Amino acid sequence: MSSNDDDLTQWLSERVTQAFTDNRPLVIRGGNSKSFLGEAVANGDDLDVTGHRGIVSYEPGELVLTARAGTPLAEVEAALAEQNQMLAFEPPHYGEGATLGGTIAAGVSGPARPFTGSARDFVLGARIINGRGEPLRFGGEVMKNVAGYDLSRLMAGAFGTLGVLLDISLKVLPVPRDQVTLIFDKDADAALAHFSECLLKPWPITGAYWEAGRSYLRLAGAATSVESAATKLGGERLQYDQRFWQDIREHRSAFFDDDRPLWRLSVAPATPVLDIPGDCVVDWGGAQRWLLSDADANTIRQRATELGGHASLYSRRDGATVCPRFHPLSKPMMAVQKRVKDSLDPSGILNRGRLYPDF
Amino acid sequence: MAADKREGMPMADSAIAEPHAADLAETVLSRRIDKAALIDKLVAELPVETVLHAEEDLRPFECDGLAAYRQVPMIVVLPSTIEQVQTAMRICHANDVPVVARGAGTGLSGGALPLDNGVLLSLAKFKQIIDIDTANRRATVQPGVRNLAISEAVDHLGLYYAPDPSSQIACSIGGNVAENSGGVHCLKYGLTTHNILQIEIVMVDGERLTIGSHALDTPGFDLLALMTGSEGLLGVIVEVTVKLLPKPELARVAMIAFDDVRKAGNAVAAIIQAGIVPAGLEMLDSPAIIATEEFVHAGYPTDAEAILLCEVDGTEAEVEEHIADVRTVMEAQGAVDIRISRDAAERALFWAGRKAAFPAMGRISPDYYCMDGTIPRKALAEVLIGIGELSKKYGQRVANVFHAGDGNLHPLILYDANIEGELERTEEFGGAICELCLQHGGTITGEHGVGMEKIDQMCVQFPEPELIQFHAVKAAFDPRSLLNPGKAVPTLHRCAEFGAMHVHNGDLPFPELERL
Repeated sequence: MSSNDDDLTQWLSERVTQAFTDNRPLVIRGGNSKSFLGEAVANGDDLDVTGHRGIVSYEPGELVLTARAGTPLAEVEAALAEQNQMLAFEPPHYGEGATLGGTIAAGVSGPARPFTGSARDFVLGARIINGRGEPLRFGGEVMKNVAGYDLSRLMAGAFGTLGVLLDISLKVLPVPRDQVTLIFDKDADAALAHFSECLLKPWPITGAYWEAGRSYLRLAGAATSVESAATKLGGERLQYDQRFWQDIREHRSAFFDDDRPLWRLSVAPATPVLDIPGDCVVDWGGAQRWLLSDADANTIRQRATELGGHASLYSRRDGATVCPRFHPLSKPMMAVQKRVKDSLDPSGILNRGRLYPDF
Repeated sequence: MAADKREGMPMADSAIAEPHAADLAETVLSRRIDKAALIDKLVAELPVETVLHAEEDLRPFECDGLAAYRQVPMIVVLPSTIEQVQTAMRICHANDVPVVARGAGTGLSGGALPLDNGVLLSLAKFKQIIDIDTANRRATVQPGVRNLAISEAVDHLGLYYAPDPSSQIACSIGGNVAENSGGVHCLKYGLTTHNILQIEIVMVDGERLTIGSHALDTPGFDLLALMTGSEGLLGVIVEVTVKLLPKPELARVAMIAFDDVRKAGNAVAAIIQAGIVPAGLEMLDSPAIIATEEFVHAGYPTDAEAILLCEVDGTEAEVEEHIADVRTVMEAQGAVDIRISRDAAERALFWAGRKAAFPAMGRISPDYYCMDGTIPRKALAEVLIGIGELSKKYGQRVANVFHAGDGNLHPLILYDANIEGELERTEEFGGAICELCLQHGGTITGEHGVGMEKIDQMCVQFPEPELIQFHAVKAAFDPRSLLNPGKAVPTLHRCAEFGAMHVHNGDLPFPELERL
């Protein structure tokens, strides 16, 4: 419990109700660490949710933590670490002020994502305020719950456009007892083939990354199991590997220090090395490719579409690249998404334009 | 009924201002459909053998896995291609005919119960495994493919599909997605929602839509999360791409006996707290132990008040490490007997009892009714004791066999449908169990779905604004409420009636429950 803890449900609900009545758009703001993701919200009154903070409940034996959206992510992680537990989707902070609400709203996940699950996978329930100002509760604090539509997981990655997040209940997991990272000298082709081969084995792999001629495999779990898999895999052991994976998830490695536009391509893991001009690193065992490229946005997106994936622009916004930040949707899909948006936010006042210019 | 909250709701059909979206299903259910005219329209565009309408052909479709609820459908359509599904949907949509989609029909909540004025759209013919992609660890299958058939098809590759509902021999993947099915291993491996990549759906108007992708995420809203567990109310699933996982090198199961239900309940929380996430953690109480032991002779101690089955999997070394930890924790929790499976045969035997628990009940009682509440693990002992008290109150026996690691209870209420009034009393008893789960911060359904069975308890779990929001989301996909109307989300009208019935002596049920 921190002395800053406060429940602002009523105040926030009144603000949204007023905005709904006046038809005035709102810009939901947490720690501003992920404001570079998605479109800038041009118009609207500021709705600061950082005051709505605090861990509401946390019982390690239940593997469930519930916290208010404005709770600093660091505070959540520290509380979990005290009990030797963690957010297993390893959310990137992308800045000091990162909040739990922003993390879930952006739906961002770190290197462990293909192996342990994504931000949305760990959502068990949420309280939100819809676009009419009504506080609503979906899901719960139990592991399995199929009563009603899964609107709490729908909030993950919606960037606040479907509702203002109030409280989020997450499944948490024990910190693995042991962890080892192995390094291999491989070019990108060989690394992708190696990942494919290793990921068919029942080994406790929780990270598979490639950058600049070296691939990195992280093993985590019971000490005996990590050791036996490490022995079979060979490779060289990486010292200070906690720091290494932290840097990957926060984009602090040398690769990301570059002025070219940064693209995130989400593709099937066994997709071959990208034939797009630029430099690339591979994460998520091949399923996530970070690309630094001056290539035309349409070219990159067309290639991503052909590969069955999508490309989003991740550069800090500097006005250099003018194109939609998220991969455009097909017309029928956009129509369905627009109707879903309308069902939760009929006047379109929540973070208008943040996800797509259409809504 | 808060009329002010209903104004300004997004109305899909702006021309028709009444009824409100949240009550629309009732209008659809009472609509008169010209059966002969509809048959003509269907057979004009579909092969004649795909349209069933004679009483003797319809009878086999009258119920799903919840046999206490029966309704002969007006018409059954049995398409074998996606185009035929689209055609059927387009015709029904154009004629305002409600449609209930059904896979294997093994669901336990009446979610695929037919309508007397609607089409039952059976996807039973969609049994093809379309593609297995080893390098990407995924399989694309038609919705009628059985859950277990997926794992069998990829077994030679050392892979499997993780969610394993108890009905996995028979239940189909399309139904698994519609219900967000769980199983014995979801504490570690997740539910259906965590194990699928992409689905193809046919929308209510017959249009096709791909949701999700072969990548791990898609731009925009996560409609895959929304569709999973939507009980056939948002679209018809016609193709599913699932994730495949490497088969664990080894799995061993510990059978742990307790002389007290409370100790067993506490042991469940203790094992999780010790930092172990078992692959499966199941519990049987004394009536369940005795019935299953008589049936399959799994070696369960019949004098125990409860047993836990704790499975750990992984590499050989990992399994040994965790089994040792499990033993230590269980001894500290007062276990009276701990047995570890020595080989695959013994592991199968320990599980055989658990898996035969339902049929075992069928041997000691003419009928049984399976409930599905989920509660926080810490409340296990208290809720089990509460169920025991309710059992005395209603004068009906209950056996408990359930996913303790997930806090997902499956009380089996034993009854005899031939005794007049006993089914009704059983349903009331079941409702009381649901509400007991809610009192302890749980939910009325962990994995079986709301369907028809728990529709009234939804009125207890969700206040009106949440229900109105659910109906608005439904209207985004199905503005005329033609897909599986009357299931999963109750109309406000129904809740008002249920509430009036449910308020005893002027007291609201569970006044202490927070309602926002």
